Amino acid sequence: MRLSTGSGRPSHLTTTGLVLLVVLAAVAALGVGRYGIPLARVVDIMFAPIISPATPVSATEANVIFTIRLPRILLALLSGASLSLAGATLQGVFRNPLIGPQVIGVSSGAAFGGTVAILFGATHIGLLGSAFACGVAAIVLVYALNDVIARRNILALVLAGVVINGFFTALVSLVQYVADSEDTLPTIVFWLMGSFATADWDKLTLVAAPMLIACGLLLALRWRINILSLGDEEARALGVKVEHLRWFVLLLVTVVVAGQVAVSGIIGWIGLVVPHMARILVGPDHRSLLPASFLIGALFLLIIDTVARTVTATEIPLGILTALIGAPVFAILLRKTERGGHDG
Amino acid sequence: MMDDGALLTIEAASQSYDGKRWQFRNLDLSLRAGEITAVLGPNGRGKSTLLRVLAGLLTPTTARRLDLNPRTGFVPQAYFGSFPYTVLDVVLMGRARHIALFRMPGKDDVEKAMAALDATGMADFAGRGIDALSGGERQLVLIARALAGDNAVLLLDEPASALDLKNQDAVLTLLSELADRHRIAIAFTTHQPNHAITVADNALIMLEGDTLFGPIGDVLTEANLKALYGLPVVAVPLGRGGARRSAFVPLYRSRDDGGVHD
Repeated sequence: MRLSTGSGRPSHLTTTGLVLLVVLAAVAALGVGRYGIPLARVVDIMFAPIISPATPVSATEANVIFTIRLPRILLALLSGASLSLAGATLQGVFRNPLIGPQVIGVSSGAAFGGTVAILFGATHIGLLGSAFACGVAAIVLVYALNDVIARRNILALVLAGVVINGFFTALVSLVQYVADSEDTLPTIVFWLMGSFATADWDKLTLVAAPMLIACGLLLALRWRINILSLGDEEARALGVKVEHLRWFVLLLVTVVVAGQVAVSGIIGWIGLVVPHMARILVGPDHRSLLPASFLIGALFLLIIDTVARTVTATEIPLGILTALIGAPVFAILLRKTERGGHDG
Repeated sequence: MMDDGALLTIEAASQSYDGKRWQFRNLDLSLRAGEITAVLGPNGRGKSTLLRVLAGLLTPTTARRLDLNPRTGFVPQAYFGSFPYTVLDVVLMGRARHIALFRMPGKDDVEKAMAALDATGMADFAGRGIDALSGGERQLVLIARALAGDNAVLLLDEPASALDLKNQDAVLTLLSELADRHRIAIAFTTHQPNHAITVADNALIMLEGDTLFGPIGDVLTEANLKALYGLPVVAVPLGRGGARRSAFVPLYRSRDDGGVHD
């Protein structure tokens, strides 16, 4: 019989197509910028260590491609992919397609950690560590608060997230208020707006491993997200240990979001909008939805970041651009899904 | 298998959320392979609570014996999922117990899910979205999901209460088939004494502060039903000869007798 239905067969094609698109976009993005390099030349330079090209690679070319653009592009891909994966996961776990990564309080927790680090003039690693630690602290607080309000209750969990989110947002404002308005305040403000302008191999290597591992585990759990999305009681009746699984998933999401905020500040909308795009493309089954969100997120943020660094002479902060593009796109997507919902 | 052949047994179980009001007290119940048990009781008497206890979702306040079955499938009143998964995807979730944490359902699981859909007559709907189905069709899909888990015991929370007459018949027929052919032990809650006498072997009625469990003919009597619902219910014999059936007719207060009984 229709054994292929539901086994995700058609989504393999979509996945392969998306992977190709991401690779293509990444290679194209390597050539785009103030120092333009044609696509064919980019490929030549990439393969230069293996096959020496006809015209030798100049120091400028190598510098632009390998030192400046490649880490930035990889970081944009990783951030976009992780944020979208986190968003799609959270929408499934909380059974609500209007939820994004900021709901569980991790983003604002990590933002607070980052701003405090900047306030005290911390270095690279100090900022990363502080942002990451405060992101994790936020989810621990959400867990504790949830336990106080009502255990085993998903609405209480969302409420706890809103409370912790508000708390850390206030702390971030406090740090901005006491920061030196000549020196640290602008740094904080620009960091909060989100940017990959300071991306380098150091940052990438610091966060890549934990973020990729967390993403891998989330992808491996993608069928379980289907079951969690049924609601606690039903999932329990199907033999799933709901609390354990949900906190494990939230911890993975925390690693991913805190890592992203630590390297590139707050980038809103991606985690909310991209899962909707993916749902239109592959349907609601999280077995196909999570990989699709991962890939579309990478593509989406890469394109936005490339626009951010090429359209104007001074870079447009990413947070502004993702909101400017994300908000109308989200409105259009919602209209589309609302319409689609009626004719089944 | 347990010594007395029952697949699931509870003895002297009592449940109270607040320690004052009891959902049920000193309740005895056992479910055997191939037998159907109907659970009757007025609103708020704790029928659903009892099913949750039997499904292992709730530990009762006290119980002398609690032999639950790990191979128990639970069928909720309706599908409350937020995402319009396909019918096959919904039924596949019934396999969760048999699939390791980081694994996906395989070909084997899809075959079991399709077999379960076949058994409920819903195989043709496999590729459709669950949100496009009628209430009766969804109920059959939820039963298929419980079947896909290779369960020995099936618990259903008012499986026919929201359905029209034809779909009520479809669900009841399916329950009899599952008991007779697949030797599954079934318990379902209902507000309809007629559903109980149509398919059930045993009945559990939840009177105020007391419960009665036994063969359907002994338990489902006019007197017990009157005590249960607080209005006269008469048994009307149907048909003739050997295959005697009867239907229960509640005597609602009609406008003609001025709203007074007797």
